[in-house]
Amino acid sequence: MNPFSELPIPALAMQIYVIVMLVLVVAGTLFDVWHKRSAAYFFAAEKKGREARTREIDSGEKASIAAKTIAHDVLASGEFCNQRRRAAHLLTMYGFVLFVVTTAILVFGYADTEAAAPAIWPLLWWLGALMVCIGGYWFWFKIRVDVAAEGNPWYRIVQADLFILSLLGTTTFALIWAVLEAAGAGWLATLFFWLFIIAATVLFGSVPWSKFAHMFFKPAAAYQRRISDADGGRQNLPPPADKPEQFGLGIKREAPRHY
Amino acid sequence: MPTFVYMTRCDGCGHCVDICPSDIMHIDKTYRRAYNIEPNFCWECYSCVKACPMNAIDVRGYADFAPLGHSVRVLREEEKGTISWRIKFRDGRTKDFVSPITTQPWGEKIPELAKYDVPDNEALDSSLLCHEPEYLKVDSGLPTIDKSKFKQGVYY
Repeated sequence: MNPFSELPIPALAMQIYVIVMLVLVVAGTLFDVWHKRSAAYFFAAEKKGREARTREIDSGEKASIAAKTIAHDVLASGEFCNQRRRAAHLLTMYGFVLFVVTTAILVFGYADTEAAAPAIWPLLWWLGALMVCIGGYWFWFKIRVDVAAEGNPWYRIVQADLFILSLLGTTTFALIWAVLEAAGAGWLATLFFWLFIIAATVLFGSVPWSKFAHMFFKPAAAYQRRISDADGGRQNLPPPADKPEQFGLGIKREAPRHY
Repeated sequence: MPTFVYMTRCDGCGHCVDICPSDIMHIDKTYRRAYNIEPNFCWECYSCVKACPMNAIDVRGYADFAPLGHSVRVLREEEKGTISWRIKFRDGRTKDFVSPITTQPWGEKIPELAKYDVPDNEALDSSLLCHEPEYLKVDSGLPTIDKSKFKQGVYY
């Protein structure tokens, strides 16, 4: 069932809110880039990397590298070496994408009750929110480096937690609201709806102060790293060793979980 | 100079936090990335540099032996058992080195000295140390280098 169709709010207001959130994300990211001078530093580092190159790369190879970046680093979150972190990130990332896309579809396509939404969209909306909750709470309680490596308790909150907490707040309150809405809980459902809206506004409005924009910066950084590996610069790192046979097998390091 | 983290390459995994013997690599509260909280206490032991899976940590050597424009970077490949170094001089020359990782698993390869025979006075007075001469591995004679491999004259 489409939870947005039961709201007493006009569909236009909901659609304007979604567009405002999108504008906040774009504006926040651009402000972040300008304020922290990320683009200036990124291109300066790229120029320095290019000066260290030992071979030229043509545009065909660049296109193939871009495709590999998208397939491996973006879609499969391949930069994570730790498989638990990778799994949690995949759950959260795809859950978030599903949640946002289906929210837009439900709000723009089926918010007024005359046209009932095909069952797939609310189902994917629920699934997306659940995936974010599973991946997000797993990260929050177990995987977060403050807890796993620094030994801080899970309830210690700092500015770095703004993104994950507002994201978890959005999806948790959205799920609770949808359950209460389906059960006809009246004012309680309304309360959780407004908590959902507040959390979503914090999530999309705090882009300059939170980790939100990493979803745009990380693919660019991954592409840049692959280019520097391909053109020989390799950020001054040595090439992968080719002598393992004479040196013998390696040591499996312990996971850094000594708390 | 002590270690510093390229925070854009750091993904906050915590390996450097765990391995630093000085306990000075910690996580920034604003960005959840690693940083060196007390550069004065850094020994430049390179543990964090080697441990970082993203190669996001670097050290710039002190200016008396490592002038500006140099680069020393290390790549530790555990699955291969190798550790590779690339030294870049500021005139562009590059030297690469590959060595085996000699870290042993916990608890293994520790010599059980309590089980060795107690050395008598003659052994204590001799110039040979424990395990010598077997561990010197000079049964086939001392290693020699053919003099023709040496360059003639002075060169810089």
